[in-house]
This record gives sequence, structure tokens and C-alpha cells, in this order.
Amino acid sequence: MSLLDIQNLDVTLALPNGPLKAVRDVTLTLEPGESLGIVGESGSGKSMTALALMRLLPRSATCEAEALRFDGQELRDLGDPAFARQIAGPRIGMIFQEPMTSLNPVYTIGRQMTEATVARGLLSEAEARRKAIDLLDRVGIPDPEGRMNQFPHQMSGGQRQRVMIAMTLMLDPELLIADEPTTALDVTVQAQILDLLDDLRRERGMGLILISHDLAVVAERTDRVAVMYLGEMVEQGTAQEVLYHPQHDYTKALLAAIPRLDGPARVPAQEAAAPEVEKVISATNLCREFHSRKGLFGPKKTVRALDDVSLELRRGETLAVIGESGSGKSTLARILLGLDLPDAGDVRMLGRPVLDLPGAERASLVQPVFQDPYTSLNPRRRLSEIISRPLVLRGEGDSASRLAAVKDAMEKVRLPGRLIHAYPSQLSGGQRQRVAIARALITEPEALICDEPTSALDVSVQAQILELLDDLRAKMGLTCLIITHDMAVVHEIADRVAVMYQGRVVEEGSASAVLDHPSNDYTARLLAAAPRFGATRDLEVVQ
Amino acid sequence: MLRYIALRAALALAVAFTVSLAAFLLLNVAGDPAQAIAGEDATPDVIEAIRDRYGLDRPLPVRYFDWLGGVLQGDFGTSYYWHKPVAELVADRADETITLALSALSVTIIIALPLGALAALNPNSWIDRFALGVAVSAQAVPNFWLGLIMIILFGVMMPIFPVSGDSTWKHFVLPAFVLGASSVPAVMRLTRTGLIEVMGADYIRTARSKGFRGWPLLRRHAMRNALLPVISVLAVQLGQKFGGSVITESIFAINGLGRLALESILGMDIPTVQMLIFVFAIVFVAMNLLADILNAALDPRIRIG
Amino acid sequence: MSTTDITLTAVEDSETTPLTPGQIFRQRLFGHTGFLIGASIILAIVVVAIFAPLIAPHDPYVQSLSTRMLPPVWSEGGSWEHLLGTDQNGRDYLSRLIYGTRVSITIGIGAATVGLMIGVTLGVMAGYFGGWIDHAISFLLTAQLALPGLLLAMALVFIIGPSIWVVIGIVGVLHWTYYLVVTRAATQRIRNLDFVAAAKASGASSRQIIWHEILPNLASSIIVIFTFELGIAILAESSLSFLGVGIQPPIPSWGLMIAEGKQAMFYRPWLVVLPGICLFLLVIGANLMGDGLRDITSPEGRNE
Repeated sequence: MSLLDIQNLDVTLALPNGPLKAVRDVTLTLEPGESLGIVGESGSGKSMTALALMRLLPRSATCEAEALRFDGQELRDLGDPAFARQIAGPRIGMIFQEPMTSLNPVYTIGRQMTEATVARGLLSEAEARRKAIDLLDRVGIPDPEGRMNQFPHQMSGGQRQRVMIAMTLMLDPELLIADEPTTALDVTVQAQILDLLDDLRRERGMGLILISHDLAVVAERTDRVAVMYLGEMVEQGTAQEVLYHPQHDYTKALLAAIPRLDGPARVPAQEAAAPEVEKVISATNLCREFHSRKGLFGPKKTVRALDDVSLELRRGETLAVIGESGSGKSTLARILLGLDLPDAGDVRMLGRPVLDLPGAERASLVQPVFQDPYTSLNPRRRLSEIISRPLVLRGEGDSASRLAAVKDAMEKVRLPGRLIHAYPSQLSGGQRQRVAIARALITEPEALICDEPTSALDVSVQAQILELLDDLRAKMGLTCLIITHDMAVVHEIADRVAVMYQGRVVEEGSASAVLDHPSNDYTARLLAAAPRFGATRDLEVVQ
Repeated sequence: MLRYIALRAALALAVAFTVSLAAFLLLNVAGDPAQAIAGEDATPDVIEAIRDRYGLDRPLPVRYFDWLGGVLQGDFGTSYYWHKPVAELVADRADETITLALSALSVTIIIALPLGALAALNPNSWIDRFALGVAVSAQAVPNFWLGLIMIILFGVMMPIFPVSGDSTWKHFVLPAFVLGASSVPAVMRLTRTGLIEVMGADYIRTARSKGFRGWPLLRRHAMRNALLPVISVLAVQLGQKFGGSVITESIFAINGLGRLALESILGMDIPTVQMLIFVFAIVFVAMNLLADILNAALDPRIRIG
Repeated sequence: MSTTDITLTAVEDSETTPLTPGQIFRQRLFGHTGFLIGASIILAIVVVAIFAPLIAPHDPYVQSLSTRMLPPVWSEGGSWEHLLGTDQNGRDYLSRLIYGTRVSITIGIGAATVGLMIGVTLGVMAGYFGGWIDHAISFLLTAQLALPGLLLAMALVFIIGPSIWVVIGIVGVLHWTYYLVVTRAATQRIRNLDFVAAAKASGASSRQIIWHEILPNLASSIIVIFTFELGIAILAESSLSFLGVGIQPPIPSWGLMIAEGKQAMFYRPWLVVLPGICLFLLVIGANLMGDGLRDITSPEGRNE
């Protein structure tokens, strides 16, 4: 008998402009102890499917199904109180994407871990406490006893996610649903959490549903994979089948779009390799500290974001700066753009100290592309205004010449001309990122600094934006500094790479050299954590 | 935690003295107090005599620090109008206003919290619409007018509660209702939006996924989080009740601080006005301090930085 | 990858371009019942205020001892000559109520504008520059909140001497905190968005960023607060006038009319009830409009 059997599930959202079918005709089954990956981009209905099963759908949503059986029991026959008592928790557990907000900030870890078992009368306070400490230990929380009395805000994101996992295990569920459990975490932490989930599943013979936008991550760790697209399940099969013999066009496209470490190597920009090429930006010995206090009188904290960082960007090359959150890579970008000043060290653009450059002139040397296309465009301005703004600020040209420049820039980034008077809210994420690139290009700068230009976008769009950047480099000889946390992006687009860790550059070199033979420990760890398809390859890299 | 409270208290005192300085400056710079005391058609001699008698001819900083020095020793000056120490006058009348403010706050809590919570738990239901209707109407009713309507209703048509005076608890029912009603919209809306926000929070979803629902979910997971902002707004409202007592006390003939304020303004009794502003400001910052401390006790993110 | 490109971009490049923010705003505006009711009330009252001399059946200032305290037309002894009766000086009550719209509207708009200037300037400065400027302005905010506003307003109007302009100025100067709180928070949020960083990277000055990038994004919340403050200022004026330290006789202010009618309220209740209803309608109109605008412009109501 299947552990879970969902037949023809529909979820309908009531939106102001009419009902939307978020999930259509989804059918899936799961055997006891089996793991299933559900993959799809944002809005594909993958989370809605899980929330419908757990009766956690938003108020505006309704769901219908021909069958929703768990362990042979028809869940639709259960009223809400019975479902909460019998199923949610003790039989099906769920963990969520945002470990930062998924734990109640005002109660201790101990209370949150033990309350469900105690409230159900399964264990006494003391027994529950012992079990919680054991489980915290099992999921890899150091000093579990001490942690029981701490509050969520005293832990890191990865630790909170471990606590969430331990908390669901308190009730020994037969099925665990993990909804994007690692999306909000750093790459190296991601791998640890996913491995932990997989180990726990084997240990306990639990069923596991792993929901993710990342096909590679899911395929590596699950028995079977289901692909969702626009609310429908377009493909289901073993991980091997889906990865190597995809049937549906969408799966094929998705696979092709994933930046991968083992794809064909790109042709590097030849001239950039030579060190005598002109340096567009050179930064020497940059240091930057941040002092933060909580509230007006809180204790001072000092964070060293940049610690003696030196870097140069040569004409015509694409340099990738890679690191995890908190590595100082975004601070570096802000300093190179002139948005922040270093405490010590020196930034030169084309040999001139950046401090001597007036804003307008600096703008013609270096322009930014930011991570989140939803916040990098002023929502109150039309595209024509947004793209031409740098020209207006420099007092360049009249309205006619500026309009021509806008059209030209939009063409370069392959934006349809009909959008010229649209507002950002009318555009998709990928289109917005093209607008941001067009705005950056309009002053014909020497270099672009792109801070995680693709990490807020869906996989398929990511590939297009990377392709565009690479194209522009090839056609216009654009110099580009790309900041990323994703090794695969480095492989796809970079000539050289600098690896940052805790405010320092720990390794620097040509992209192929660093990817194939990392000399630094941390780089090797980053590489090992990066998901890829050929499972054989990552062993080679680590060793 | 202690450090937090100490710093908050210091800030509160700084605010109270800033307010007293601002009030002092505004009262003395905006017009000529001597002229105002003497009245429209006083002769220059009379004005000069008043100026001389109350020391209004001295420079402003001297007068402020003189006042401040007195305050630090508990001396708030002598009333121009009643010719008694101001502190005595205020102490005599404080009881009525404290009773009024506290009972008004109770009225607010009794109406606003349940209504806001019910509305939040049943968004877009009839109770939600009803609560919204109450909030919108209560916000638009002029407070003094509501008082007069109550007097017409209860004084003439249904004489259950007395409409004038302050001798028994019954005298405070109508004034407390009128003064309390003015805070209902703000408190109710905040309760509603706060609880809606909390009920939509990720940690509530987590609790639901563990099988919590209904009252246990509310009590164990939502209540404390939703209460945090409500505590702050209640403190603000209680602080404002004292200032708001001016209208209610004058309509219902309660001999409290609000009425004293109106009388001393109309009598241009500057020392009394000055002290009342100071006292009301102290009450306000003290209430906020109390709310900060309560919030810190309930919220570990403040308590353990 | 070119073969599969089509499937992926199909979603991206759908031919139906979504509506502009302006179109969505107008659509929502006309679909919001509360807003429509509020806006109609305000519009009607503004029209009455503008055309008061044409609408009012009598001169609101002309006293007549022979027609003192006539009841409204529906009561015994009422006449069509004076639809809503007359006051203690024999002035036509309807005409006085009609002219009262002018006082309320003028003071409401005037004071809400004064508060807007102060609050938005301080809020944007605190939010944008941060640091000690923010600390100083936040301290100022706390001090202002601690001030017993009504008491101080009464004292100031009394000392300076009551007139419409004094009332506008004082009510405005004491009602800027709401603007400050909201614009400060919004500016802090917007200041850290990437489009501001992009403008800085293009060499924009602080002034250019505030005017071109930040203020347009504050506009809708400022309008929402203005609508609410309109109601608050109108109520503040009526309270001051009621207590005798606001608009002075013989000007027809609704608050003052309630105070004048108070002595006779047990046997001539309409003298108190009618101006109160007018105030209630005007303020509820402003609040409904504000609530509606807030619903319409709030981020969760937006397209994404």
C-alpha cells in the first residue's frame, strides 16, 4: 500500500482579477521510505501541492481531489480537528523555506520543541526534554542542552533549520515534507542540511518529499523526481530517467538552462589573459569595518567586512568574485561603485584615484547591475525615464537623442521596443534585469559591476541573462565584474575568479585553473557543495 | 536588561524636560503673557505692574532655569489666579483625573481588544465589517459632541447615570465611556492588523503543521506576539487620556486636572499651565517607559540583544 | 539551447501587456465602495463650501430678535422659511451650517498642509540621512508625542489671539507626527533599494535622489495621511472652538455653534445635534477616503 496517494488534485486561488488554478490535476504516489523530489520554478504550484496536503493553504485558496490517501486512509473524510490531531505532526511533518521566521521569536527552542508531544500527552515534560536534546544532538546542534533555553534569534539560519528538522522529528512522522528547505541558506550549509535529511530518512524509514526549484539538488538526493510547470505535473520518473532522458520539452529546457560545472567550457577572452592589458579598476589593500548597535544604546558590534583585499579588473575580461553571504563580496562591489568608502586602501579607475573623480565621471567608468530586479528599478518611472536617467544626470543630449539612445540600449539587451513607455511592474523578472543592464550600458561605461545578477531569477531566465552578458562582452568588449555565490555561474561566464571568505580573497586565478585545481580548502569545499549531475565528478574535485 | 531600562528612563526624563522647555518657550514667545493676563484694554501701567509682580521682565533663560530649579526641589511656583502653590492645586485634583483616565482605558480595552481580535480571526466576515464600521464612526465623532449627546440621552431621556459631577462611581460611567471611545479605533485597528499579521506569520504555519489549531494555537503561539504592539499603543493612549481629559471634564463637570487646565488657560495662569503640561508629559513618558519594559520582558529579542 | 528557448520565453513575453500602475489605480479606485462614498461626501461638501452664497437661503450673520430659536420644519412651530430653524440670535441655522463648511474645509486643508510640510520634510531627512540627524528628529518626535497637544493649542490660541490663520497654524504645527513616522520609515526602506544605489552610481546628488527617486514613491502614502489629517484637523478646530479658544463669534464654526447651543440643549437639542452631524459626515467622508486610498495603494494590494 502506498504511503501517500494523491489523485487529480486541483488548487484554485481566488485573486482579485478572477480565479487562478495554481495546481491542476496533480497525481502522485509515494511508497513508505521512498523519497520524491518535486521540482518547478516559482509559481509552478509545487508548494501549493504540499500546503494543500497539509491543509495550510491560504484562506483564498480551495482544493479538490479525487483521492487524498495517506497510508490507506482517505484524508478528505477527516474534519479539520481530526486532521490536526491524527495527521498533522504525528504522521506528516513539514519544514519550510524560511528558517529565520519559521520559529516563534518569543519562545525558547526547548518550549517549541517539546510543546507538541506534551500537548498531545505522548510524553511527560521531562521525557520530551530528553528526547528533544537527543534529537538536537542528532541533527548536529552543538551543546544541545544549552540550546534548549535559547531563543531562535540567537542561532544562525542553518542551525534554525536543523532545529526545525529536529522539531518535526519529535512526533516521529512517517512522512516528512521539506519545502525548499535550503533555498535561504549558504551553499555549503545547503549540502549539509540536504545530506542530513537524506540520512534521517534512511535511518527512520520515513517517506520524504523534497520540494525545490533546483533540479540538480533534487535529482542528486531523491529516488524519484516530479517536474511541475504552470500548475501541472509535466513529468515523473526516477531521478536517472528525468535527468538523462527527459520526456517533456519543459524539463529538457530546464536541464539545458541550468548553469553547470561540467558543461562545455566557454572560449575565454584571449587578450584578457595577458597581464599587461590595461587595468580598468584596481583596488589595493581595501579594508572596511562596520559598527552596528542594536537600538540607540545597544552594545556596539564590529564586523570586518573587508580585510586587506586587493583586486584588479583588466579590460575586456569577466572576473567573477565568489563567496557566501557575509564574505564581504557585496561590500566590495559597493566600494568599487563608489557607493561606500573603504576605511583604508585605494581604488583607482583607469589609473586615477576614485576619490578625485566627480560622480558623473565615475558613472561613465563603472555602472552597476544589482541582484533583485524588483527593487533596482524605480516603480514610479517609465522604462524610457529609467534607462535615460544616467544621461539626464550627466546633462547629456536633448530628449530626442536620449530617446534614440534608450531605443538603442533596449535593442542591445533584446527588450521589445513596445515596452519603452511601460512601468517596471508590467515586466517579468528577466525583462527587468534587462532594463537594469540597459540603464547600465547607456553611458557606455568601461566596466559593469554585477552583484549576483541572476540569483533572484528563475533558472531558465538566469541562463538567458548570463548569455546576454557574455554576448555583450564578446560584441562590445565589455569588461565585467560578476559577484556570485554560484560556482556554476563562474564556469559559464568567467575568465578569472577570485574567491572571498570572511572578508579576504583566499584564492585568485584563471577560472579553469581554480575550478579544476583549487589550491585553497575553502574553494574546494565550495566546489564540492555545488550541485552537478555527474556524481562521479565531485569526488574528483574534492580529492 | 537593567542597562536597557536605565537608558530608557534617562531618555524619558530628557524628553519630559525638553517638553517643558518647548512649552515654556511657546507660552512666553508666542505672545506677551502680561498683556494676556491684563486683558485687551489694560493700560500700559497695569501691564508693567503685572510684569514686575510676576518677574516677567527678567530674561527668558533666567526665568526658565529659575522654574527648573524650583521643579527640582518640588516647587512649581505659585498660581497667579488661585494664589496657592501650583503643586498643591494639582495634587488636590489629580485623583479625579487618574480615576477617569484609568476607567476610560478599561472601556477602550473592553471594547477594542475583543472586537479587534474577532475581526482578525474572521477577516471579511460580518463581525469584521461591523468592527470596521465602529472604528470609522468612532474616529469621526467629535468627542465633546458625543459627550453632549450622552448628556441629552441620559440626563433627560434615560436618567440612569448622573451627567454632572464626580462624587460617586456612577458619575464616572459616562465620562469614561466618552473618553474611552476616542481610543477604540486606534487600539482596535492595531489589534486587528497585528493579529492578522501574526496569524499569517511563518511560525504560525509551523505550529499548524505540528497539529495546533483553534484556541491552543492562539494562546500558545499568537497571543504574546500580537500583544506586543498593543501594549505600546495602550500606553500611548493612556498617556493621551490625561491631556484628553480637558474636554470630558469640562462637559461632565468633573473637578480634575483637565478642568483645572481649561480654567488656568482662560485665567492666563501660566505657572499652572506650565506645570500641567509638564505633568502630562511626565505621565506620557512614564507610560511609554512602562510599555517598553513590559515589551522587553515579553520579547527576548529586546531582552537578549 | 535555441530549440527549447520558445517554451521558456512563452510565459515571459505574453502579448497582453499588464496594466500600468495608473490604470490599476483607477480601476481599484472605482471598485472601492468605501472610497467612493467618502469621496462623494467630501466632493458634495466642497461644492457646498464653494457655492455657499448661492445655496444658503439667508445671510448667516443677520440677527433677528423676532425669530429666535425657531424649531426645524419637521417640529411643531417650524416653518419653511427657516428649514432647520434658527439659533439664539435668530440667525438661520441652515445658512450658518452651510457657511460652516467653509470654516471646516479651509482649516482642515490649511492645517493638514502645514503639518505635511513639517512632517514630510523631517521624515525624509531623518530617513534619508540617518545618523545623528535621525536621532535628533526621532527625539523631537518623542517630545512632540509627549506634548499634551490640545492643552498647548488652547493656551497658544488664547495667548496669540484667535483667528482662522492662527488656528490653522497652531493645529498644523501640532499635527505632523503621523507624516513623519510614515515617511521616515518609507524613506529608510526606499533609501536601501537598489534603484537608489543605481542613481548614486550614476552620480545623482542627494537632492536629485530625494526629488526624483524617493518622493514619487512616497506620494501615495502622503496623500493617504493628508486625508486622515484633514479629518483630525477639522475635529481639533471644532474642539478648540467648542472650548472657546478657537474660531470666535460671529463666524459660523460648527464647534462654536455646538458650544452656543449647549445652554439650550435640553429643550432645543437640534442646536447641538445638527452641527455635530455635519462634523461627523465631513470627518467620516475624509476617513473613508483615506481608508480607501490606503487599501488601494497598499503594497499587498499591488500587482505583485
